[in-house]
Amino acid sequence: MSLTNEHIKEKLVEKFGEQVNNFTEPHGMLTFEAPKELNLKVLNFLYDAPELKFRFLTTLCAVHYPQQKEKELAVVYHLHNLEDNVRIRFKIFTDISKPDIYTATGLFSAANWLERETYDFYGVNFIGHPNLKRILNVEEMDYFPMRKEYPLEDSTRIDKDDEMFGRGGTFGYGTEKTDQGTIAEAEKNNEGEAVL
Amino acid sequence: MDRPVSYNIHPKGLEKDISMAEMPEGSMGEGFFATTLDKVVGLARKNSIWPLPFATSCCGIEFMATMGSHYDLARFGSERVGFSPRQCDLLMVMGTIAKKMGPVVKLVYLQMAEPRWVMAVGACACSGGIFDTYSVLQGIDQVVPVDVYVPGCPPRPEAIIDGIIRVQDLVGKESLRRRNSQQYKGLLESYGIQ
Repeated sequence: MSLTNEHIKEKLVEKFGEQVNNFTEPHGMLTFEAPKELNLKVLNFLYDAPELKFRFLTTLCAVHYPQQKEKELAVVYHLHNLEDNVRIRFKIFTDISKPDIYTATGLFSAANWLERETYDFYGVNFIGHPNLKRILNVEEMDYFPMRKEYPLEDSTRIDKDDEMFGRGGTFGYGTEKTDQGTIAEAEKNNEGEAVL
Repeated sequence: MDRPVSYNIHPKGLEKDISMAEMPEGSMGEGFFATTLDKVVGLARKNSIWPLPFATSCCGIEFMATMGSHYDLARFGSERVGFSPRQCDLLMVMGTIAKKMGPVVKLVYLQMAEPRWVMAVGACACSGGIFDTYSVLQGIDQVVPVDVYVPGCPPRPEAIIDGIIRVQDLVGKESLRRRNSQQYKGLLESYGIQ
């Protein structure tokens, strides 16, 4: 009997009851959620159960939903069953002020670098990770780039001015001056007036 | 139906013989030629620049095309591209340099022996290019002093060759005392290089 989404869902509900919830199937891939304390139990169950055998962690990443208070950061695991060629998605949500998740490195070695990347870009703290430090960004960086918390442009830059970012400036050939100067202009002391 | 070729269809002869470099000014006599040292040294150096291609991304591919036979860089003296900074004169940085890669470029530059020149090929090496983001270094001139910038995304091989020709001009006209001068030392100090 082939491994269908209903079968996986039945087995999960049988084992965990109401704690696994929100089963959806976007584009045919079964997706479900569970509370973050159960993440290792669910992963272990999916790994060990003889009919389920989800032994391949395809990817692990995070999503930041700034509008959902108390559940801003989601960590998403994609697991794959190599024998029956079935993939599922498992999401856990956590609060952004306390983003602690148990690490899956005990079960999947691939999770080591994937969790480091998730920490680097979203600030998710994986408890029990052997080497949780930044992997792709510069080590001195003090913010988490993929969180949607701050403006896209760095307002302290002086080499790129308003005109390049589409605010004010002119559409001329650069021969005209306007009243509102660009950021670089504002640094200068010029007493010249707008020349049209 | 193909459009017939309409440019460059009449082969032109060369305007002057390019197989020999031009002689610098000097006084000649029977069996001797006297000129200033920096002209001779400049002439020798400029026609045998050994580049170090620090090719990171797409501009590196354009460099590969430049080194190929169609746009030949070897005819300018750069037949031997070395990948060791100890043996090269010109550091060609081609491609996007991430902030994490900045110290690596600086280390490669430090390992080069004087006289050394740096060419930034492509928009990303000149100024960060289209990648105005948290991870890309906005121009390699934040870590190493650059002599020639070749803009383009990617620059055509002809543009890279134009950059090499400008480097040749710089090399040929450089004074022999420049590398010991206060101004050059001040430039290196501003980059934190002793």
